Order: sequence, then C-alpha cells, then structure tokens
Amino acid sequence: MPLYHNEDQAMLADTAAGFMAEEGNIAKQLRHWRDRNCKDGFGHALWKQMAEMGFTGMLVEEADGGLGMGHVEAGIVLEEIGRNLTPSPFLTSSVLAATALKHGSADLKGRYLPGLIAGDSVFAVAIDETAKHRPSRITTRAEKSGNGFKLSGAKSFVIHGSSADMLVVAARTSGADDDADGITLFAVPKDAAGMSHDAVRLVDSSMATHTRFDGVELDGDAVIGEIDGGRAVLDAMLLAGRVGAAAEGVGVARGAMDMTVDYLKQRKQFGRLIGEFQALQHRASHLYSEVEIARAATIKAQQLLDGGSAHAELMASVAKAKVAKTARLAVQEGVQMHGGIGMTDEYDIGLYMKRERALAEFLGDANFHANRVAELSGY
Amino acid sequence: MADLEQFRDETRSWLEANCPPEMREPVRGEDDIYWGGRRATFKNDAQKAWLEACVAKGYTVPMWPKEYGGAGLSAPEAKVLREEMGKIGARPPLSSFGIWMLGPALLHFGTEGQKQRFLNEIARGEIRWCQGYSEPGSGSDLVSLQTFGEDKGDHWVVNGQKIWTSYADHADWIFCLVRTDKENKYGGITFMLFDMASEGVTTKPIKLISGSSPFCETFFDNVAVPKSYGDDVPAYVGTINRGWDVAKYLLGHEREMISGADGGERQAAIGAAMKRHASKTGDEIDPVLRAELAQFDVDALAYAAMGEKFLDEIKVGKAHPAQPNMMKYAGTELNKRRHELVMAVGGSRSLEWESEATESGKPAKNWLRTKANSIEGGTSEVMLNVIAKRILDLPGA
Repeated sequence: MPLYHNEDQAMLADTAAGFMAEEGNIAKQLRHWRDRNCKDGFGHALWKQMAEMGFTGMLVEEADGGLGMGHVEAGIVLEEIGRNLTPSPFLTSSVLAATALKHGSADLKGRYLPGLIAGDSVFAVAIDETAKHRPSRITTRAEKSGNGFKLSGAKSFVIHGSSADMLVVAARTSGADDDADGITLFAVPKDAAGMSHDAVRLVDSSMATHTRFDGVELDGDAVIGEIDGGRAVLDAMLLAGRVGAAAEGVGVARGAMDMTVDYLKQRKQFGRLIGEFQALQHRASHLYSEVEIARAATIKAQQLLDGGSAHAELMASVAKAKVAKTARLAVQEGVQMHGGIGMTDEYDIGLYMKRERALAEFLGDANFHANRVAELSGY
Repeated sequence: MADLEQFRDETRSWLEANCPPEMREPVRGEDDIYWGGRRATFKNDAQKAWLEACVAKGYTVPMWPKEYGGAGLSAPEAKVLREEMGKIGARPPLSSFGIWMLGPALLHFGTEGQKQRFLNEIARGEIRWCQGYSEPGSGSDLVSLQTFGEDKGDHWVVNGQKIWTSYADHADWIFCLVRTDKENKYGGITFMLFDMASEGVTTKPIKLISGSSPFCETFFDNVAVPKSYGDDVPAYVGTINRGWDVAKYLLGHEREMISGADGGERQAAIGAAMKRHASKTGDEIDPVLRAELAQFDVDALAYAAMGEKFLDEIKVGKAHPAQPNMMKYAGTELNKRRHELVMAVGGSRSLEWESEATESGKPAKNWLRTKANSIEGGTSEVMLNVIAKRILDLPGA
C-alpha cells in the first residue's frame, strides 16, 4: 500500500479539514469553553455534529452500526483535531473505548455503541495510576463477589472522567501488581455507587479526574473480553490510542508550524521581514523536515495497524516518540519565533504549547516509547 | 498484480541461475565493487560472469529502455528486482556515475545520437565517467564557477581547475560544467562531455581524513573540446549556455541518491545489532548509550518510513520538487549520527586504525567518511536554504 492517502481518504481529509476549521476552530471551541470555565472542557453540540458527520463511529464495525473504517481514516480526523486544538472526546471515545468494546459482548456493544455513534454519550479510559504512564503495573483490584466483582483502587489522568457516561477500567483480578496476566477490563457506569471523581483542569484547559473506586459493585456483564485475560484487550486499546495520539500530535505540530511560518512572512524587525533572516530560515526548514518525517512515521503506523501487521506495535511507538519530539520542537520554536507576543494569552501559539504537553504525556511520552522501541527490538 | 508475481518468480529463478555465490557476499573492500571502464580489471571470474549476465539481461540499468541497454522495466518491476536481489544479498553488478548521474541527464536532455552512443556504453560498463562540478572557491555555490571554455568555432579551449572530482584518476570521460559566457551568471554555463585522455587534462588525488583518496583535483590546461563527436552527437548536453538546467536536474538526482531514500537498510534501526556486537566482544552498553541508541532508532525508523513515502509519492508525481533536498538534509545528518553511535559502541576498539579486528580501521574510516555526507552534493545549510525558499516560501530566501 503506498504511503499516501488514496482518493477516498484524500476526500475525507478535505471534509475533515473544512469541518474542523469551520466548526472546531480555536475561537469557537477551545477559547469559548475555556473562557466560560466549562466543567467538561469541550462542547457537547460539537460532539453531536461530529456524529452527524459520521466521525464518531469510524472505527466501529458496520455490523454494530459503525462505518468500519480504519486507523488511517481516524487519523485523518485526529490530525485536523490537533491542527485546530479542537477539544472533543474523539480520541477517548471513538478510538480507545470503541477499540475496547470491539472485544466486548454483543450485550455490551448494544448497550454502549449506539450512544457513542450518535454522539449522545462520552467515554473515558482509566488506565494510569501514577503520574507517568505505566500500564505494565496495574494495582487497582476487582475481587470476585457473588455473580460480579467489587472494584477498589484509584486511577489518575482520566481524561473526561467526570463528563463520561462510562469508563473503561483496567483492573487486576488475579496475580501480583506487575504481572502481565490477571488483568480484566470493565465497563463501569460513571454513576456507579462507590465511585468518586476528583476533577481537575489541566494546562491545556481539558478536564481530567483522579477517580477512586471504593468497593464499586459490578455485574459480571461489565467485563470486556476475558476475565484475567484483559491484557490483550488493553494492549489493543493502547495501540490504537497511541497511533491516534500520534496523529493528533502531527496536527498540533503542523498547526504550530504553519502559524509560525506565516508569522515569519509578516513580522518586521530591523526594517526587514524576520523570515528573511537565515538563522530563522534554517530553523524553520529543520522543523519542516521533522514534521514531514513524523507524519510519514504516523501514516506508516496507521497502515500497519489496519493491515494487522506484527510490526504495528514497534511502529506505533516510533510514531508516538517521533511525534512527541517533533511537536515539542514545533511549539517551542513557535513561541520563540513569535517573540514576546508568543507569551501572551491573546495569541494562539501558546495554546499549541499547552496541548502538546498534555498530549505528550497521554499514553506514554517520547522516552517511554523510545524505551519501548528498544525493548521490542531486543535490547 | 498476477503479472508482477509472475515477474517475481521469473526474477527469482533468473537470479538463482545467474548470480554466483561469491557475488552474494557483503562488499568488504574497494575491489569488491566493479566500476567498469577502459582500464577496469575483474577481481575474479564470478565478478565478470555476474556483470555479463546482467548486461545481457539489461539489469545494470533495469529501468532504461531496451534500445539503450536497459531492461525497460516498470517502476514496480524494478522494485521487485531490487527486493529479490536484496533477499539474496546480491551485489550491484556495476557501480557507475554514468548510471547514477549522466544517464538520467541524457535520458532527459540528450539527443538520440548521444543516447545511442553513451547510454549503451554506460550500461555495458565500457566507459567510466567522473563529474566535474565543484571548483576551489565554488563548492555549494556552483554558479560562481570559473573554468572557462573559449569558443573557437568548431571547438572550445577549456582552462581551469575542478576539485572533489570523485575517482577522476580512474575515469575515462568527464561530464563537466564549463563557463562559456562570462557575462551571464546562470545562463553562461555549458554541460560538456570530453575524454579524460585529452591533452591538457591532469589529475591529482586528494588524501582525506579517512586516509583514502576517492577525490581528485583536476586541471585543464588548454584542453581542446570539439563541439561534436559526429552526426547528432554533440559534445554538450542540452543547449550551449543552458547547462545550469541540466546541472540542477542532476543535483536533484544526486541528492536523492545521497539521502539513501531507496536504501532503507542503510538508515534502519541499529540498536539490536549494536547490542549483539557488544555482547560478542564482551562489552557492555551502558544505560545512557542504550537510550541514545533507542532515540536514534526512533529517528531512523521514522526516516525509513519517510523514504518509503517519498518514493511512493515520486512514482505518482505527488512529491514536492524540492523534497529531495529535505531527504538529503535529514538523511545525511542521520547517517552522521549513526556512525557516531557505532564508534561509541565500539569504544577504544573502534579507534584501531590498522588492526585485523577492525579490518584496517573500517569503523573509523566509515565514521570519518560520513562527515562529508552533509557537504557533498550541496551542504546541509544549502539544503535548508532551498527548503526555506522553495517549500516554505520564506521571503528573500
């Protein structure tokens, strides 16, 4: 498969770019909700519109009412989300939760997918327990209790935790904290008794929760996939999420770079456009190269994932790590080249810097994934 | 697709029957590479047999038309051939600046007579070419070159000096940029072809920091270059005084080649191999070096994906025409980093210059050689200038 978008995908890209620039732009969404101190950090009306555009159910199979598309297509939408800093539950609901639910029973799918596809529900994932992503260690426990389970423990960095209708929770049903096996995934309704959400606004204006499970009683049918065998589902969900986060990061990098290059063509200092200075030209050109390469790595990872390749995991980590470094470079160069104005709240470039930082931590930062590349390569 | 699979089967059997086992060993020394030309000698019978088999099949230049010594393969077929050769580790039968540089220029700009004569000679490895671009004082800034050809009616008299002429001391002919109009900066350069045995041509090898001397200084002292070598075989490519068009076209090719965009393996991950190497020699890779290797592998694998994307896009005309500059910049900087890491993993062992363990200092020589990557074919800084001007459209660039 050639490493560029085919005709259908290029058409989708045009549609998504137009929609996000029109409806999902910074003034209409991110700034609007931020300035109102929105408790969700995003607008539900936009989420509904994204459903009407057919975006929400892209990764849901046709038999389950979705579009049965792939990660290349989801990545196209995510790149535009990143470029416009559009706050929405797309990554958590339509990529992560949708991937987990693929492994769920018909009953679970029937219960949750229609709301997701219609844009009526929001989903969150509760994986991390520490400030750095470390999914190999799960200490939240689900003890067998009657026909169901009793869930106890705590999760942090649960994006949209308090707005979500349902959380996908990774818990331990057997074994020791660091065991690969013994994990089970649960679909936990947000209002289940014994759950508490300590909501906190993050630097990028998104809302996350520290969520506690204090003997939360769950029915047996809350299990997604196999009891004790949830690691495979968790891995599949993480893989999809990482490739998706990489795509969004490419969008953030491109958005910041485009803004900066435009600025270089307008801002005058010392009687000249600053874009005439070779020192800045070289840095802009270097940034362009890095963004192109990061984007290629991401499309490669998407294609490998869609093709079911065994190399998808390695390439997903390559993409996440490369994008994290590249987006970091893009926002740092962006703020620096904007000069003093780049430090003001009025200009958008700083918003890119904030989003980049939050996105970089989500599902593993550049170091986490470089380490993963080494491990998967056998060193 | 079925046709391509059939082609793959045929290619596989043909390679099985025609590529001698000795030609499937990794290249170890300079004499493992066959450059062709009037003075060339074969290292052994296998090298000769492999070249002859490929020449007969058109596989020294698989994508060139059959009438010019190629096999007329389509891009997908050529890719299959590369892949199948890669699988058995087959060496290229012939290395040649004629194939990589002059050939593409002649295919694009040459007359029918030039194509018939020169392309066939190149494809058969009968003629070895060198490239006369750089001059002392005109490295990356080629339009400032001074070598002058004075018009004498049916011939020019060329005087001047070239530098960094790769293997000029082994070459039969040179393709050379010569100023033919002193008034016109860009529009006064002619792309000439002439015999290195012409009276007044001398060469002198330049010893490099790696200890080898693939480059030469080349001097022209009243060299008479005829304007034509016969019916429809002019001694210049394209138009007189418009050699810059040809040179620019060729630089694009050269940058693609140096970038290693099509040599995925060269740019791929090295961490695992470095670990194996270190365990074999009983050395350890400390955690900080391991982290550096991991960061390198991320960049190398991402660049390999970019290389694949670039070639896919070139095939369908989707790549930006200045994209080779980006590939060259990123690829050569990455290659320098790669060899820094190879040196670091080897430790003091990799410093050994003449030991058997290092095959006479191979790691160090390779490391030193890579430092030229970001200079030759246009420096990294020139690449960044081109990206700023032609892709980002920055002002005054």
